[in-house]
Amino acid sequence: MSQLFGIGDIVRVIDAHPPGHRRTPYYCRGKIGKIERVCGEHRNPEELAYGFDGKPLRRLYRVRFNQSDIWGHYDGPSEDTIDVDIYEHWLRSAE
Amino acid sequence: MMNETEKHEHDHGHSHGDLDADAHALEHIHDHDRQFQPDLEDTPPTRYELMVYAIRELLIEKGHVTQEEITKARNTLESWQPSRGAEIVARAWTDPDFKTRLLADGNEAMADFGVDAGGAKLTVLENTDEVQNVVVCTLCSCYPRAVLGLPPDWYRSKAYRARVVVEPRKVLKEFGTDIPDEVTVRVHDSLADLRYLVIPKRPAGTEDWTQEQLAAIVTRDSMVGVTNPKAL
Repeated sequence: MSQLFGIGDIVRVIDAHPPGHRRTPYYCRGKIGKIERVCGEHRNPEELAYGFDGKPLRRLYRVRFNQSDIWGHYDGPSEDTIDVDIYEHWLRSAE
Repeated sequence: MMNETEKHEHDHGHSHGDLDADAHALEHIHDHDRQFQPDLEDTPPTRYELMVYAIRELLIEKGHVTQEEITKARNTLESWQPSRGAEIVARAWTDPDFKTRLLADGNEAMADFGVDAGGAKLTVLENTDEVQNVVVCTLCSCYPRAVLGLPPDWYRSKAYRARVVVEPRKVLKEFGTDIPDEVTVRVHDSLADLRYLVIPKRPAGTEDWTQEQLAAIVTRDSMVGVTNPKAL
């Protein structure tokens, strides 16, 4: 599977709310962040949760968001961040 | 094995009378009721505990696992203690090559300590003069058990999980940790196949300490990022 994103790429988390076991937290859906690290391919937990084999493997990234982009009311310094582990199929390019 | 009713009757017949007499005597001396600490069995098992018992019994009955294997697994789990993480941090503080390896590939470097993290990818974050890293799992309670043991209750609490992502500085303050505005706070939400360990900042005044002395001040909480070690 070819790698869609590299370190530093700007991405948007898709703003979708499918039912079932999803490991993308609601607070970052639809938000824009930057790829901090590429973390290899893993079995898909959304499939594993229901007893399937978790294939095809999904590439995992750490996406860094500015806290102020996630929470409108964040009152700390604007440099503060939150890093979230997100699978590739939840990400789209936002370049 | 006795069931609960038999056990209760047994207690009633033979020991309650003596305890009552003791309590009565104490009441006269101290003029207040004697307080008994509740035992684990005093509250009824929860729905989930009952399910665990049932599944365990079925697995044993059907020959999938033995009680001995379960006991062994539990002992292994309980042997995982935060002292392992503390030794790893103390080595990283004193051995720059090791620290470089640790930051590049946690699993590879921790193998030096006989730590097998299984499928989880250990990701190590370094606190500096500019950055304070804090770890949470907002979905459940993902935690680097192989190096820190079982997570503390507060780490699994909804309050910590919900608040530390929104107001990390306030939460850290409640742990007694004040982060000045010029230090960036990075929260790490551990949701998938990664497990995070924080290398806290080595405190000033520990320059000539041995690895053992250093390991002694590296607390569990400091490796989650909610406190910072201090030179004693």
